[in-house]
Amino acid sequence: MKLILGIPQALLYYRYCVLWETFFKQLDIELIFSGHTTQKTMAIGSKLAVDENCLPYKIFLGHVEALRGCCDCVLIPRIDNYGYHDMMCERFLGLYDTVHNTFPDVPLLSYNVSVVDGQGEARAFMQMAKDLGYSALTGFRAYAKARKQQLEQEHRFYLQQKQRLAASDGIKILIAAQPYLAHDPLWNGRLTHILSELGATTFYSDECHRKTAVQAAKPIAPGLFWAMNKEAVGAIRMLESQVDGVILLTAYSCGPDALVNELVIRRIKDIPMIQIIIDEHQAEAGLQTRLESFIDMLNERKHLYA
Amino acid sequence: MPDQLVFSFPHIGNYYIILKGLVNDLYPDAKVLPPPPITNRTIELGARCSPDFVCAPFKYNMGNYIEALDAGANVLLQTGTGCRFAYYGEVQKQILEDLGYDFTLLCLSRENTQARNAYRLLKSVDHKLRPGRFARAFVLALRKILLMDEIENYIRQNVGFETVPDSFEALHLQFLKDLDRTRTFPQLRALRIKYRKQLKCLNVTKPDRYLRVGIVGELYTLMEPFSNYYLEKELAKSQIMVSRTMSASFLLLGKKANNPFRQSNGYLKYPIGATGADSVVQCKQYFDAGYDGVIHMKSYGCTPEINAMPALRNLSRDYGCPIMHLSFDTQLGETGMQTRLEAFVDMISMRKGILLA
Repeated sequence: MKLILGIPQALLYYRYCVLWETFFKQLDIELIFSGHTTQKTMAIGSKLAVDENCLPYKIFLGHVEALRGCCDCVLIPRIDNYGYHDMMCERFLGLYDTVHNTFPDVPLLSYNVSVVDGQGEARAFMQMAKDLGYSALTGFRAYAKARKQQLEQEHRFYLQQKQRLAASDGIKILIAAQPYLAHDPLWNGRLTHILSELGATTFYSDECHRKTAVQAAKPIAPGLFWAMNKEAVGAIRMLESQVDGVILLTAYSCGPDALVNELVIRRIKDIPMIQIIIDEHQAEAGLQTRLESFIDMLNERKHLYA
Repeated sequence: MPDQLVFSFPHIGNYYIILKGLVNDLYPDAKVLPPPPITNRTIELGARCSPDFVCAPFKYNMGNYIEALDAGANVLLQTGTGCRFAYYGEVQKQILEDLGYDFTLLCLSRENTQARNAYRLLKSVDHKLRPGRFARAFVLALRKILLMDEIENYIRQNVGFETVPDSFEALHLQFLKDLDRTRTFPQLRALRIKYRKQLKCLNVTKPDRYLRVGIVGELYTLMEPFSNYYLEKELAKSQIMVSRTMSASFLLLGKKANNPFRQSNGYLKYPIGATGADSVVQCKQYFDAGYDGVIHMKSYGCTPEINAMPALRNLSRDYGCPIMHLSFDTQLGETGMQTRLEAFVDMISMRKGILLA
């Protein structure tokens, strides 16, 4: 009897989907995905979550709810940090416990990454393999392969984006955001749709060369310790000369973004930037108006300097 | 570096007295200027120049800084560990600089909380600082914190039952005044003996049955009474015993002593950031001790405490004990809070079968 594992397509799925898929495929585990985020997912999640939670987390709960009953257990990673200077948001620290307490009846599969406490990613995956009844060695082999494919995938995205940057003309926009916000089809679809209608091309902060981005973030925000925010901030600096404008995409009541975006807006002055805050309200007109005026401004600016 | 160093720091409860003493001990030549007491103006000033959905302590701190800088401070202190609190310093510094202030911010956050780094950082503004003085100042401050928390804890638990009105309040004020004047260890010891004795002498009349409420939650909102509309005092007025484990001494010494995940008994498996796990453990301890209710307070959007809320809800359900969740931001509508508090007190007293006078 094959184990059926449910993977919520939210939060870190947009960062580690290849890693997870390959790893579990190696272990011969059947995967079920919760599907793309819809209005319904969001509505269900909002009902389940404490109302002050950030929007991506509410959506995440909606995805877990969608998987309830369809699988043997649900994958909830718990990621604390990748080192002292690469922390994750508190959201991910408490992800396992909040989901466990919200859905006491749903069996969860988890892995815990906290490099500061000596629990690296490889070790965490080996432990998870053991929990599933495989040997640590099998786990490690599966992880090694999955890791390789994940890195290849990231590199592929990076090359693709580089090509697109060189090839496309017209207005180019960098979306600097947490990956789960930038790539969630519910937002991304609407955003890219509006932008492409206005003749702009979009690029993503997490599809830059990540290691370089982290280094590039240092002069702007020396004390910054959130891994994913570092990439977003660094990406702005890296692509500054190649794009026409930056959209700081953030979700309502996102903890790290509230501080980091404030700092970015105050410290990076030589490129037009707009902060777009997404919440549960789905009024398209507001988004449309703001994006239109931003693109108009960029067009004017381009003509002026051309 | 300006000729005369004028230190300031954000308010949190009565700890400004100890911080004042600490800075005085560290830099005998410098002036210490605690910011003016928090008022509505403070929070308005702070909120105006803070990011929208940052947590309330950030805005309070900003208000304190602006008022202190206006009064002439030029060296500000900040700390931070655990959650996004650790990133306050860098952002606050930038905002204040953009507002046109000239100052130095000493940010004892993250790796700078370690003694060696802290020493190096504090020495950067005054080269006369020696390790001996540094160590002595911090140990004295720690001792003061322990004493103050002990006294305030006793007051909190008994003030609701005082026989002579305002007797505790008067003694508390006297204590704070004396603590401000304390400069040495022997003085502190004398102070401890004196006030322990005096506190025990104050008459309390406890009824046979009374209500007990535990308070858990995010540290700033709990420790700064202005930010929670003096909730503890309101509770004491209705003759309720109020307990609160969260304090500076708990954060500095008590946190490491226990392993919250083992103590939370299955409600938590991992740390959930900052004091989130402590809230769950403390809440469970209060329920185990038979408290009538728990009030969970936090500033709006505090992620670690939001992480704790599903576990708290399960605790409340399993024990059949009520928890009230309160979230504070910068709006100052006191009436809404009072209504909720009254309803909560009525509810727990009816549940217990005592009707309060």
